[in-house]
Amino acid sequence: MSDNVDTTRAPRRIGKPASRISRLFESRQLGWAAFAIAVLFPFVLASNYAMSIGTTAVIFILLASGLNIVVGYCGLLDLGYIAFMAVGAYTSGIIAKAWELPILFTIPAVVVMCILAGLIIGGPTLRLRSDYLAIVTLGFGEIIRLTANNLAITGGPSGIYGIPGVDLFGLDLSGPVPFYYFCVAVVALMVLGSARLGKSRLGRAWRFVREDEDAAEAMGIHTYKVKLAAYIFGAIWGGIGGVLFAAHLSAISPQSFVFLQSALVLMAVVLGGMGNTRGVVVGAVVISLLPEFLRDMGNLRYVIFGVVLVAVMVLRPQGFWPSRAYEPEKLDEARKGKRDGGPRPGAPVTTAKGGTP
Amino acid sequence: MSPLLEVNELQIAFGGVKAVNGLTFSADAGEIVSVIGPNGAGKTSAFNCITGFYKPVSGSITLDGKDITGKRPAVIAATGVTRTFQNLRLFPDLTVLDNVRGGMHLYGGQNFVDALFHTPRYRKSERFYTEEAHRWLDFVGYQGGRGIPVRNLAYGQQRQVEMARAMARKAKLVLLDEPGAGLNHSEKQDLLELCRKIRDLGAAVVLIEHDMGVVMEVSERVVVMNFGKEIADGTPDAVKKNPAVIEAYLGKADEPVKADEPAKADEPAKAEGPDATEGDS
Amino acid sequence: MTQLVWNGLFVGSFYALIALGYSMVYGIIKLLNFAHGDIYMLGAFVGFAMLTSVGVIPASMSITALLIVLLLCMVVTGGIGVGIEYLAYRPLRNSPRLAVLITAVGASFTLEYGVSAVAGPNPKVFPIRLEGDSFTVLGARISVPQIVLMVIAVLLMLGLNAYIQRTSMGRAMRAIALDTKGSLLMGINVNKVITWTFFIGSALAGAAGVMAGAYYGKIDFLMGFIIGLKAFTAAVIGGIGNIKGAMLGGLLLGLLEAFGSQWLGGEWRDVFTFGVLIAFLTLKPTGLLGERVTERV
Repeated sequence: MSDNVDTTRAPRRIGKPASRISRLFESRQLGWAAFAIAVLFPFVLASNYAMSIGTTAVIFILLASGLNIVVGYCGLLDLGYIAFMAVGAYTSGIIAKAWELPILFTIPAVVVMCILAGLIIGGPTLRLRSDYLAIVTLGFGEIIRLTANNLAITGGPSGIYGIPGVDLFGLDLSGPVPFYYFCVAVVALMVLGSARLGKSRLGRAWRFVREDEDAAEAMGIHTYKVKLAAYIFGAIWGGIGGVLFAAHLSAISPQSFVFLQSALVLMAVVLGGMGNTRGVVVGAVVISLLPEFLRDMGNLRYVIFGVVLVAVMVLRPQGFWPSRAYEPEKLDEARKGKRDGGPRPGAPVTTAKGGTP
Repeated sequence: MSPLLEVNELQIAFGGVKAVNGLTFSADAGEIVSVIGPNGAGKTSAFNCITGFYKPVSGSITLDGKDITGKRPAVIAATGVTRTFQNLRLFPDLTVLDNVRGGMHLYGGQNFVDALFHTPRYRKSERFYTEEAHRWLDFVGYQGGRGIPVRNLAYGQQRQVEMARAMARKAKLVLLDEPGAGLNHSEKQDLLELCRKIRDLGAAVVLIEHDMGVVMEVSERVVVMNFGKEIADGTPDAVKKNPAVIEAYLGKADEPVKADEPAKADEPAKAEGPDATEGDS
Repeated sequence: MTQLVWNGLFVGSFYALIALGYSMVYGIIKLLNFAHGDIYMLGAFVGFAMLTSVGVIPASMSITALLIVLLLCMVVTGGIGVGIEYLAYRPLRNSPRLAVLITAVGASFTLEYGVSAVAGPNPKVFPIRLEGDSFTVLGARISVPQIVLMVIAVLLMLGLNAYIQRTSMGRAMRAIALDTKGSLLMGINVNKVITWTFFIGSALAGAAGVMAGAYYGKIDFLMGFIIGLKAFTAAVIGGIGNIKGAMLGGLLLGLLEAFGSQWLGGEWRDVFTFGVLIAFLTLKPTGLLGERVTERV
């Protein structure tokens, strides 16, 4: 077996989930249920504090779903993921302030900058083996943070303040509750997007690269380009998270983008269940809210995180809610009548490229 | 018409060892060619050069007139080459169907925009992928479960899935690296049938094999390698009687040796089976 | 200019000591021990704990006290390194890379925040501060403490080199680095050797930590993070897995950093270092003394 990621050595369940509880968790309705919880949350608790941590949690979900593309689907250990969020936040903040634009108008620029960042960071590093990739992405995370700390345009160590809130076609969404809903809407769409990407041809290519890079390459998958695509999508997801973050706090500084943040996002993905969007969402909620509840413990809470991370890797490396490899075998007409056991004998075999069936 | 695959004076070395040393052979569409030889002869190294996993030091490899020497494996695959691996490299935690879809990446008409918005093109494409995957599994005669992860399958079934994936590439050149390793007799018979079916599709089939029974029965031509070079190239009968071949397998004898001895001498090599990760075969 | 060279060599010797541990562990089990930089930090803190518990130390005794503490710390950090290997890395010996790397991140986290929880998040002042005269040689201002520390570092490195080359354990380490399966078949107790490797590597990093505390005077729980990355850079420059390479890489990195900071300004020093790392990994990943290995498919 190649050097690649196969993080699911623990015994796995085969086939359709058996118990009612399991089927409940795997069902499509769960996504709607989660969305409903997010929407109804302010009706239960709408204090400024609750809205603030709720928004933070929602933004964290976005980050985790982005890192899930890189680590979960494609198996690339990125230890500097917060750099993409920083790129998004700073781009958005600088442009919004410099040109007095509503923050939403900065999004195209953010996407462009994130694609560039993905190319610059991914370009040289994605050819490296996984250990080196991890450390280099960590290095890049630090480079971004230190650069933001040193440059005048990014406001140096004090960063940028006075970033405007969201203004949607004249509708002021900067209050805690409206902004929370705005974030829920954006994040829900993007999480859905990341899930859909996972189920597509590209998503499968990511998984093939993760499972066995050489075999994938032998089947015509240009692993370098595929990895780069994962990086770029991850960067865009992170960047949008940065925009929301900047609008939420209205002030950003290099301190927000330290390695600890990259590690926490990674923990959400790893503990939640790599590659499994639902697990990752749950992991994100837990990792973002737990430090709040454990605030009294001070830095001890992070010790617990570290220990849990090691324990999970040793005992249950696929995470608490692993992605389940299973698909229904559809016995429909396509399988029965139309064919006679394979392609017509004698038909010339060609490599079709990209044509529609 | 020039052959589909032309390998010319191929050379590759690892450190000081010349694994492939001036190999020249060809394979044509609609032909089954077997590459045989003692362990260490350079067979898998040659395969790896052809498929782009090793960069040859010198020599050339042409597919359908196009030079594919030293190119990236994915590029070579796109030109029309597919392969199976000696030590069976499936995507272990993915389903059987997904594994077969692995061969289908280069076609199918779906980009990420389609995926994000679940356009009709996406739905059609996904249906196509599933149907095609089922068809290729039928083609190789796979009988097991299709929606389950491959890691749980029996060895013979895993081999079939790998074949289905390789065939789903719809390539003109099909390279099979010890496809018979670890199979029982009836599975080997099925393999022979399958090789013929693949040939009948119009592909060129090149296989590395140790089981002489398989080789002699299914090949139209046999290329014998030793010390990185071809030492014989002809029909199975001609090769069997070739003194250089007999010497390669048995060493020089004082007395003339019976023509079908090479098969028996090979038994120990067969026992290596699928776990032979080290060394060329 | 000679000042830069001297400064570079001085800092480089620290990098070299830490890079050695990285390289040795990588050479033997192909793992980048992400928590290695934090062992350096632990050395400083353990030294701090030992020295503060003793009370006031007369200045005349400071070098002796430091040396004693140095040796004790080396043993303690060596032990901690062994402990981490046993708890976090050994169970995952046959696991895929990603799992092991993530575990290393978790271990690093645990160490960093564990120390911060126990000792508090604020930087601490090291009880012994090495004072000494300085004199000028060839235009460079060299202080006695710097010489003392360099000598200790060089002695440790020479000792390690002798150990690797001359003892049977050292031979075993080299054997396993080249061929683990073969070594097992030859009767080498691989686990024991791996344990020793972690011990020695961690001890060296701990020594560097104590010395850094004594020289720079301040220690904090995140000091291992950046140092770990730089030591990794040094190991890569020299050729990861290569002992002499780690030493060479460390010194070279120190020099590069000194000149780089001079040229770009001090605040860009770390960015410059990471730039060097990326450049090496992109252009010459095997490093200066490493070998090119073709992977068999």
